[in-house]
Formats: sequence, structure tokens, C-alpha cells
Amino acid sequence: MTAFYVLFLFLPNAAAIEPHLSALQVVIPLLAAPICVVLRDPKLSWLWALIVSWVVFFISLVILGKVLAEGVITYELGGWPPPWGIEYRVDAANAFVLVIVGLIGAITLPYARASVAREIPKARIYLFYLMYLLCLTGLLGITVTGDAFNLFVFLEISSLSSYVMIALGSDRRALTAAFRYLIMGTLGATFYIIGVGMMYMMTGSLNMADLSTLLPAVEETRTVLAAFAFIVVGLGLKMAIFPLHTWLPNAYAYAPSVATVFLASTATKVAIYALLRLVFTVFGGTTLFAVTGVQEVLIILALAAIFAAAFVAVFQNDIKRMLAYSSVSQIGYMVLGIGLATTQGLTGGLVHLFNHAMMKGTAFMAMGAIFYVIGSVQLKDMAGLGRRMPISMAAFLVAGLSLFGTPVTVGFISKWQLAQASLALGWWYIAVGILLASLLAIAYVWRVVEVTYMEPPPEGAPKGEAPVSMLVPMLIMAAATIWFGIDGDTTLSVAQAAAEALMGDQP
Amino acid sequence: MSGLLSQLSPAELMELAIALPVAGAFLVLALGRWPNARDGASLLTGFCLFYVVCQLYPVVAAGGRPDVELLDMVPGLSVHLTLEPLGMIFAGIASFLWIVTTLYAIGYMRGHHEQNQTRFYFFFAIAIGSAMGVAMSGNMLTLFVFYEILSISTYPLVAHHGTEEAKRSARVYLGVLLSTSISLLLFGMVWTYVLAGTLDFVEGGLLTRDHIQGPMVGVLLALYVFGIGKAAVMPFHRWLPAAMVAPTPVSALLHAVAVVKAGVFSVVKVAVYVFGLDMLSFEPSTDLLRYAAGFTVIAASVVAMRQDNLKRRLAYSTVSQLSYVVLGALLATNTAALGSALHIVTHAFGKITLFFCAGAIIVFAHKTEISDLKGLGRKMPVTFFCFFLASMSLIGLPPMGGMWSKWFIALGAAEGEMLVFVAILMISSLLNVAYLMPVVLYGFFARPAVHVDQRDNDDHEDHAAHHAPPDHPLLRHLTFGRDGVTEAPVMCLLPIALTTAGCILLFFYLDAIRLFLLPVFGG
Repeated sequence: MTAFYVLFLFLPNAAAIEPHLSALQVVIPLLAAPICVVLRDPKLSWLWALIVSWVVFFISLVILGKVLAEGVITYELGGWPPPWGIEYRVDAANAFVLVIVGLIGAITLPYARASVAREIPKARIYLFYLMYLLCLTGLLGITVTGDAFNLFVFLEISSLSSYVMIALGSDRRALTAAFRYLIMGTLGATFYIIGVGMMYMMTGSLNMADLSTLLPAVEETRTVLAAFAFIVVGLGLKMAIFPLHTWLPNAYAYAPSVATVFLASTATKVAIYALLRLVFTVFGGTTLFAVTGVQEVLIILALAAIFAAAFVAVFQNDIKRMLAYSSVSQIGYMVLGIGLATTQGLTGGLVHLFNHAMMKGTAFMAMGAIFYVIGSVQLKDMAGLGRRMPISMAAFLVAGLSLFGTPVTVGFISKWQLAQASLALGWWYIAVGILLASLLAIAYVWRVVEVTYMEPPPEGAPKGEAPVSMLVPMLIMAAATIWFGIDGDTTLSVAQAAAEALMGDQP
Repeated sequence: MSGLLSQLSPAELMELAIALPVAGAFLVLALGRWPNARDGASLLTGFCLFYVVCQLYPVVAAGGRPDVELLDMVPGLSVHLTLEPLGMIFAGIASFLWIVTTLYAIGYMRGHHEQNQTRFYFFFAIAIGSAMGVAMSGNMLTLFVFYEILSISTYPLVAHHGTEEAKRSARVYLGVLLSTSISLLLFGMVWTYVLAGTLDFVEGGLLTRDHIQGPMVGVLLALYVFGIGKAAVMPFHRWLPAAMVAPTPVSALLHAVAVVKAGVFSVVKVAVYVFGLDMLSFEPSTDLLRYAAGFTVIAASVVAMRQDNLKRRLAYSTVSQLSYVVLGALLATNTAALGSALHIVTHAFGKITLFFCAGAIIVFAHKTEISDLKGLGRKMPVTFFCFFLASMSLIGLPPMGGMWSKWFIALGAAEGEMLVFVAILMISSLLNVAYLMPVVLYGFFARPAVHVDQRDNDDHEDHAAHHAPPDHPLLRHLTFGRDGVTEAPVMCLLPIALTTAGCILLFFYLDAIRLFLLPVFGG
């Protein structure tokens, strides 16, 4: 991390740019997006998106290094001081999420060229990259902002662009999936803005830090209570918390492979971050989280998600859909971390945010490669794939092993931390639930392993691997799945810093 | 022993002991196209590994406990290796028997015309590497990591034939092993970690009465004993008979030695280093688990009697014998725990011999059912005689090594005034006689059924073409002067003879191992 930072200092005008980094994080992809329309050419627009993604990732790394070294970074947009102007405020928690989003973007883009060229008509490819950049902007914006209304704006940017990305899928069902997501997503965003409006009504402020000091005084009022409810449900829809997850499986299953990789690894994660920020920072001074029973509800819903979604996943024959249900289940683990509401629990939830992005990214990338070669992700078409596409299947195997928490993969680290956090609270039944649910994950992962490795390939089945440009990012992600499973120390300590930043705001 | 690797420190030797089989596995993969070179590489790796493990012996015997930290996995919890006498013994047996098994496997796999032999040797080596890791693990987390790798790396070996039956059995195998380890063992570990703040193996026991006491000790112990599914304490034993669909060398080394012994070895480690024998003998709540193990000893023997398939009978016998070790550790007297550690050794030699013999019978006489073995002993006298000697060791008769370990466990039970377990051990010995001796008796004394056409019993149809033995002096069927004696080839008989000799030698020299282990058990 320091090395990147030092490198940055040697760039020309580094000193002049440095204070503006948190704004540039969002402004660069936002300004870059329309240029795709000018470029039009599929290759050029891809290259442009690639460069922007890497710059964004680089900035996010520098920001994380700076936050870990120096503490919170604040930035006044347009020079207007908060609480009147919009403030960007980066602490360890959002710096961590910025790096996840940046990293996934930077790895997905090299992968995207071949896959997008195969799945999307040539004339629309520039639209895909345009939407991708806008979505990236939205996600980074949600993460970086310190303003509750501004968060809504970015939420809408990311949502609208992801509807378009999903609708670009080659399967016609992608259209209904996108429409369904549009309805649910709009409901979520509307709920959120209603909540923000109510808070504004009571406090006259939209700045998060400001709100957190103003809200405790009025926390007894019904308006604030309603605001809290609207916000939790609204963001719950965006992050697909059970039972508000119904938009997710189809959206992930029918979207273009690249969109699935990107959205599955980032969009829900950012929504979870937003909920964390609202609950622990904005409402952090109030006792609403504990008093209203939201904590218990979250834990119950999380456990329901973990079990129900994993159970449904066992019966899916479309493997992208199976992985989508698995995502709903894994989101349950993250929500569980929030529900525990201790630093340890939050650390577990946050580290799973990162870990799940790694493993699910790998799994969806493998599915993208398989779709590229055999044109299907149905289980029945995958017999003998272990021999036909050894590299992609090896990557999928790593992701699969991680999904059920095998040691030496990231899944184990998350599970260990969450189980330990719940036992430390004395809630042993939650630890039992976490571990029992892994058994369901074994069931759905192993169905695929058995068909692909132990069944002979059918006669004349297509053979051969996806292009190198898809394999390399996939292998990097798979390697990260193992690396951060062995060296869980690094991710856990960053996640812990993030959790402390969130919990630290509480009195 | 000075020599080739003398400049390496013990810590480096330990790392080497894990790295060698893995490197060997990839060498096997690279040489896959040339079967002779590939099998040679396997064998060479085996010899190198055993040499490395032998280099470690004097260090541990002199009281050294070499320790090396590999990496930090979770804050405060590292993957690190420590070698102590128990692990030394386990690593020693596993690496020695790997050589023997590789010799045997070369004869078996070629004689049986198995497919996918490269994959077979690759995962075999990986499995041995993880068994080394289990043996040398310095804390519970490290043990768990290697334990899981061992489970997963043996899956392709069990599903080797790729038939529906093989896949179904492999599913049971992996399902039971992974479910128990994740839902019970991992839970127990997290619990222990929350209580003690570490998972290190500590002499005298990591957990003290400040951490946990009363009935909860029994609950935690149950999580460990049942969670270590590889120890096959009932009701989590089903994976072991299921694993018998694998080629016989796998059943012999992995499902009589490396995998199952990794299980009971872990139980002994947990009993000695996590709970400590004092706590186990003090807390009444641990009684239930002793009964669970005692029940398994008897029940599995009874089930074994009812199996007609030879490998399945041996598998249930293993289930029963594994519970001897579990029982010995849980009796929690020094003598009994020492006996259970010794039983790991003696049972390994006895059971691997039995499996080797069963495999020889399958490949060279094409018989899998015990009722078909009538009169076969006269055709394959060496195989059946070795089977007889190894059976004696399992039953616990002199002059075979198996006698001593059973003796110490029973003695320990008597010292602890738990006479019911002495009775269980004695009854079990009788049951051993009842399920092992018929095989020998059928072989030597029963008349072969006259009217049965040889080919009806074959497991393959195109017998002549399929089972023509490879034309190589070491692999050819042995024929002796007398008419009708057709023995297994040298490549199979040599390993059988070696391990049988081991059973006998253990009777005379087991005391050396006992003295070596004494420091662990408060001697």
C-alpha cells in the first residue's frame, strides 16, 4: 500500500491532486462515461473503460493507504462547508469498500472484452461500457459521500445504469428480469428518500455527521422512527435481504456474464455498506437499532436467508441462477454480522463483503467463460467440463470450496470470524446455524463438481478454453480467493479498522 | 544419522516432509505419459519422504520439539508445525507404509487394468502430504486445515471408477466427513478458541477448570469426538464402508492407515493436549462418550460378522478397531492412552496386511465375497497365511504386535476401575475371532463348490483379455512346483510379506515405541 502511495507522490503535480482524491474518485468515471458515446467503437470504448477502471482502483488504494495512516479524510465539494454543502467523508469503512469496488472493476474489465463481444450485439457494446462507467460512478459515490441526499442521487445513478446493463443480456428473459429489478429498485430508492425527507423535516440537515449529532434529541418522535423504518426497508431492498431478494436471482441469471460478475461482487456490497453507514453512523447516536427490535429482525432474516436461499440453490439447474441464490444466502452472512452489532461481528460481516466478492466473482467469471465456450450454463450441458475446460473448472472449484468454507480459502476466514463473534456473545445457536448452512452449500457446490468432473463428456461436445484475456482475470480472482484465505490476517485487520470506524461513532 | 540432509534444521525438515509429497504429486502429473517413470517417481518420493521423516526421529527422541510457524491465518492464530512423539510415530508409519503401498499399488493397478492411474497417484501423494501435515500440526487450526485437505483430496480416489455406485459412495464419504468436521469439529474449535483465546496443543491440556467445567466438558468433548468423523465413532461411521468402492491400495493405506489414523490420532491429540487426561478423568460427563466408543467397538464387530463382502467386513472391523483407540484415549489413564497410541501402530500393520491380501484375492482370483473363497487358500497359500497372521494380530494373540496395545488399553481400564470396558474389550476379541477366522478357515479347509463355473463369479465379462497379467517378471502370476498353486505376483507378495513381518516384529520391539511415547503420557 505504501509503495503505491510513494509512487503516487512522484507523479507530476501529485501534491496538487492529492487533496482532491476523494472527489476525483467519483468525478473521473462520471466525466469519462459520456466519452464512450463519442468513441462508439467497441474496442475503443472498452479500452477507455479499462483505463478509467484502473485509475479508479489506483485512487482507491491511495485513499485506503492514506486513511489507514492518517485517519478520516473530508472534502468539501465546491468549497461549501458542511452541513450546508455536500461533504465527502472517507474513513476506514468506506475506504475498504472503495477498494473492493475498484478492485473488482479493474479485474473485470480485462475479462469483459471477449465476453461482451460474444454476448452483446456489436452496435450496443459502447452502451454497455457507458452504463458500466455510470454504475461504477454510482457505487463509488454511494461509498464516498457523507451526505444522505447525495447518497440517494448516486443510488439512482447506479440502479438505473444496472437496469440497462441487465437488460442487455442475450436471453429475452433479461428484459423481464430488468423490469422486475426496476420496480423493486425504485421502491427501495423511494423508501430511502422518504426516510431522508423525514429526517430533514425533523433536523433540517442532510449531512450524515451532522445528523448523527442532531437525531438523538428527536429520537422519541414517531417521524424519526418512521424514517428509520423506511430507510432500513429501502436499503434492504437494494441489498436483497431476504425476503426482499426476489429481484436478484433472475437479474443475475439473465444479465450478460460481465454484468453479473460486476454487480454480484459490488452492487449488493455497496448497499450493505450504505445500511451500515446509516444505522451505525447516522442513527448511531440513537438507541433505535436496539429498541425497535431491528437487531433481532435482522438476525432472524439473515438466518432465514442463509438457509432458505441455500436450500433453493440446491435445486437449480441453471448454474448462474444457483450462484445467484447462493449470493442471497451469503448476503445473509453479512447481514448477520450487522445484526450481531459488535466490533467482532461487524468485522466478520465486512470481511465477508470482501471475501464474497472474491469467491462469487471467481464463480461468475468461470460461468462466463463456460457460456463463452459452450453457450450454456445449464447443469445438463456441463458433463465432463472438468476435462473439457480444466482451467475454468479449477477456478470454479476453488470458488465452490470457498462457498462452503473450506480452510485455506476466504470462506473459512469469514465463517471463523462470524462463528467466533456469535459465540463471544454467547449466542451459540447462531454459530450452529452458520455452520449447518455450510452443509447446504456443500450440497449445491458438489452437484456441479460431480457432473463436471465425474461424468464423461458427451460425444462431440465443444472443447477448449475461453480466451486468455478471460482466463487471466479469473485466475487472479481464484488466486486471491486462496491467498486471502491463507493470509486472512491482512483482510481481517482492515475489516476490523473499518468496523471500529463504524462502531466508534457510537457514544 | 548424519548424511544427506544433515545441514537442514529440524524445522526445515518438517516443511520438507509436507512439501515432498506435493512436489512428488506434480512430478507424477508431469510424467503421466510414461507409466514406468511415473510409478518410479511415486516410489522415489516415498523413499525420500521416509528418509526425511527418519531424520527427524533422533531430534524428537532426544526430547526436542521442533517448531516452525508457517503463516498467520487469522489474527492470533497461526498455521504452525510442531513435532512431538505422537505425531512422529504417526508420520513414521504413514510414510513407511506409503512405500510399501506404492509397491503394491503398482502391481495391483496394472494387474487390474485400472483407468486414470496418473490421477490416482497424484491424489494419493497429496493425501499423504496432508497426512504429514496432520501428524505435525502444532495447533488445532493447523490440524483442521490439513484434515480438510485430506478429506477433499481422497474424494477422487474413492470415486475413482466413475460408476454410479462409486459416485454415490464417494458422495456419502465426502458428505459425512465434511459435514461432521464443519458442523461439529469447527464449532468445537471456535468454542475452545473463545474460551481459551488460543488453539495451541499444550502439554497437560489447553483447557483448565477456569475455562470450562461440569457437563459442558462432555458437550465440548462430544463435538470433538463426533466432529472428527475420520475416527468413525458410530453413528458417523458410514463413510468408511462406503469408501471401499475405491481401488484396494486406497482402502489399504488410506482407509486402514492414513485417513482413519489421522482421525483417531486427532482424537488422541485432543484428549491429551486440549483437554488433558486429568480433566477427562475428573469430569463425569465424559462417561457418555466412553460408552459411545465402547458401543461402536461391539456393534461394528457384530455388523462385520454379517458382511459377506471381504472388503466391507474389513471396513467394519476397522470401525471397531478405531474405537479401541478412541476408547483408550477417553479412559484417560496414562496406561490406556499409551495403549491407544500403540494401537494406532499395531492396527496399521495388521489391517494394511489384511487389505493387501484382500486385494490380491480380488485381482488374481477375482473373488470379492467371503463365501466364494472356499478352498482358495490352497491355491494362494502365502496370501492366506499372511492373512491368518495379521488376523491374529488384530485379535490380539501372541506372538503378534496387536497383543500389546490391547493389553495396555485393558490394563488402563482396569487401573481406572472401569471394568465394564475391560469386558467390552474381551468380548470384542471373541467377535474378532468370529469374523476374521472364517475367512482363513474357508480358504484352507472348505472344499471349493464343484459346479460353479469360474467365470460366473468374475466381476468382469471379458475375462481373458481383461485380466491377462502384464508380462513382466515382477508382475507375472507366481506358480510353484505343485499343480494348482497360482500365487499373486512378487509385486503384491513382497508388500504383504513386509507388513506381516512388521506385525511379528512389533511383538518383540514395541517397547521401543512405548519408551519413545512415554514422555507424552506422564512417564
